Amino acid sequence: MELAISVITGFMILGALYAIHAKDLLSSVIACGIVGYSLVICFLLLKAPDLAIVQIVVDTITLIIMVAVVHDSSRNESYSKLDTQGYISAATIILLIMLLLYFFAVSIKSLDVLGTSSLRMAKYYIEGAAPKSGSANLVTGVVFDFRGYDTMGEAVVLVTAVLGVLTILRIKGKK
Amino acid sequence: MKGMTLIVKKTTQLIGGMIFMYGIYVIVHGHLTPGGGFAGGVIIAGSLILVTLAYGGDFMKLIKEEAGTTIIESLATIMVILIATSGFLFGTKIFFNNFLPKGVVGHLISAGVLPLYNVFIGTEVAASIFIIFLSLVIFKEESTQ
Repeated sequence: MELAISVITGFMILGALYAIHAKDLLSSVIACGIVGYSLVICFLLLKAPDLAIVQIVVDTITLIIMVAVVHDSSRNESYSKLDTQGYISAATIILLIMLLLYFFAVSIKSLDVLGTSSLRMAKYYIEGAAPKSGSANLVTGVVFDFRGYDTMGEAVVLVTAVLGVLTILRIKGKK
Repeated sequence: MKGMTLIVKKTTQLIGGMIFMYGIYVIVHGHLTPGGGFAGGVIIAGSLILVTLAYGGDFMKLIKEEAGTTIIESLATIMVILIATSGFLFGTKIFFNNFLPKGVVGHLISAGVLPLYNVFIGTEVAASIFIIFLSLVIFKEESTQ
């Protein structure tokens, strides 16, 4: 299973690199869709079907909106040369990424095998979720019964995001 | 906004209702099969976006739809918080109490308050995503008028 996940992650990296370097904006938008749909296969291989359902539908809706935007504005990217500040930002980013990869390599020796780690609290949830909350789906029982505050916070965040979108996208108020 | 060609309209006529019913199925069986409120809500929003894109619509109708959908979204969020607060009245008096009888694991009517939570959160998520899509369409229509 690790071999399959590594192959799909390599595919995602290739898709993301193509999305940056494509000359046509429509091709790069579709290459962003490659990243999203490969993530669905990764979720299914790691045994998380709830996340896979949400990811596939949200990625389709996002692709529709991005293709509509590219179709209405322009298919070419306006190119501007890098100035001094751009070079300093790029060098800082590369330095921080190398630091991050070094700490990844140091700490990966103390982790469990991918997909098999189970902590003390997770064991309590797995054994107690079905009788205590009464639902056969463990994820729903934990999300709505054991951790109900987080779900309420998530719903409120969605309402706040919609408020933000409705505030920005108004032409009539600006005139 | 203009609709699409005849092939897309006929296909939407055949499939749009089925996607909506599939979304309702994923929401209602949220405590038995994978899915739940969030996944089913996004599927319902997807079917509404499909019908809006295929058939188009004139400007006034889109504005009325957006006004109605914001009311539905706010009401669904208020219902979620009301159900969570009504744990104060029954059983042990704590917030987010699962107070209805739990039943047999695996039956459709089981797991206390969880199916109600699924339904209202699903409605709220569907309304939110549809509102974001409609506001983008209205923005484009207003800027070209």
